[in-house]
Amino acid sequence: MLEYLQIFGQEIYRILFLLIPILVSVAMIVWLDRRVWGLVQKRRGPNVVGPFGLLQTLADALKYIFKEIIIPASANKTVFILAPIVTMTLALVAWAVIPLSEELVLSDINVGILYLFAISSLGVYGIIMGGWASNSKYPFLGAIRSAAQMVSYEVSIGIIIINVLLCVGSLNLKDIVLAQKELWYVVPLFPMFVIFFISALAETNRPPFDLPEAEAELVAGYQTEYSGMMYAMFWLGEYANILLMCAMGSILFLGGWLPIVDIYPLNIIPPPVWMLLKILFLFLLFALIKAIVPRYRYDQLMRLGWKIFLPFSLIYLVLTASFLFYFDKLPKGNF
Amino acid sequence: MLIHSIFFYFFSIIAIFSSLMVITSRNTVNSVFFLILDFISVGCLFIMVGAEFLGMIILIVYVGAVAVLFLFVVMMLNVAEQKQSWFIGKKSTHIPTGLIVSVLIFLELLVVVGGWKYKDNLMSSSSLIFSKISNTHQLGLVMYTDYILYFQLAGIILLLSMIGAILLTFRERPGVKRQSYIKQISRDPKTSVELKNVQSYEGVKVDD
Repeated sequence: MLEYLQIFGQEIYRILFLLIPILVSVAMIVWLDRRVWGLVQKRRGPNVVGPFGLLQTLADALKYIFKEIIIPASANKTVFILAPIVTMTLALVAWAVIPLSEELVLSDINVGILYLFAISSLGVYGIIMGGWASNSKYPFLGAIRSAAQMVSYEVSIGIIIINVLLCVGSLNLKDIVLAQKELWYVVPLFPMFVIFFISALAETNRPPFDLPEAEAELVAGYQTEYSGMMYAMFWLGEYANILLMCAMGSILFLGGWLPIVDIYPLNIIPPPVWMLLKILFLFLLFALIKAIVPRYRYDQLMRLGWKIFLPFSLIYLVLTASFLFYFDKLPKGNF
Repeated sequence: MLIHSIFFYFFSIIAIFSSLMVITSRNTVNSVFFLILDFISVGCLFIMVGAEFLGMIILIVYVGAVAVLFLFVVMMLNVAEQKQSWFIGKKSTHIPTGLIVSVLIFLELLVVVGGWKYKDNLMSSSSLIFSKISNTHQLGLVMYTDYILYFQLAGIILLLSMIGAILLTFRERPGVKRQSYIKQISRDPKTSVELKNVQSYEGVKVDD
């Protein structure tokens, strides 16, 4: 029994070692997002609390902790409280399989990419539960919009993942990264990378696809009735999800922890730094797009997902498969 | 082994409990939530016996897509609390039908499981190799060699039912203005803007 407890303790230690950096980097990334947004609009952005305003998010979190949590009288209380917890948990749980380097991964499972895809497709529940449990019109409309949007864009993300898997021949995230040693998949699969990026924007409800919380029409969408720490949890979960999507993009297309080219000054930089740099690069794109692109109309969003992205990624899948088959480059598998 | 059985009983108790809650809870939205819990725990059971691919697929397909649509429908239709029940209140008319269907499904399961036991060459499939290769690879090897015909047939049936569902719900409404992107982009000032010399007290005709 003592043995089990020891293993248990070690696991908890490892999990905390992963979780705390993620939470801190989520706080930093919120600051970065607001800062980039401000700079694009020729404002200064948050720059008062701490050096360069770095501690702004911590100050905000402190404020949220001390605010009262208001639960509407007509809300379904259990589901109402459960919704932000679900969002936050799912956003953090997915990080278990993300490899930061060849050794630095919490659990190296065979079906890593499927796990990531499953967790990111469960993310819709937090939103739909929050919207329904609020028992109010705006949150409900926001939740319905968001559910439809996330389910539609998941389809094309799934096909893009299949595209990459065809080239790798394994569902393990480490194998996916190691298969890109010669050539990052962003080069041969560039159109897929673009579609993945746009679908990731839609999947995380970021502008220009932030219709679930379109403030001009729906106040704040599914978050309207939330306050205090529960609102903050939605917010943190959302940013953790964005980071997760960036990590997924860098693993699938940008070669994970691998350096750009394997030559002297570049390959002494430790692998986790490369991984973080790539995540940061993708996040900067996310932040810039928030600042410079106007919001889509809802029917345009659906049209883009179903009538353009889905057929295009299917055709590209057929092309990739035929190319690999014709030039006899299909992965052989290790058996 | 002890930990393994503890987890097994944990997930199976949750699965049984939540499937009971699906049919007994009064609020339809709650029963969909319990259905989701049921799917998740069944997925975990699959992962526990080593069928990691199937477990993940259950999570992706059932929890990530099918249950979302259930939830969507239940919320949109705003189904009120279930008034009819087994024992109290008005007797339901659905119960006999439901009983017949569930007895049929039970018998079918019996036949399938029974037949399975007496099928001797199930394990001697030509391409099923027991080795260290991953579960996903094994599934693929069997599915795309021995059972390719059934696999493709299942795919075609699913495609047909999808097309059928779209056809059944498709309704062409007259007088709906649609946005045509190609038309919008390919417009040019020469054909779309016209300069007219308007006579005073006569005006121009619009919309003819």
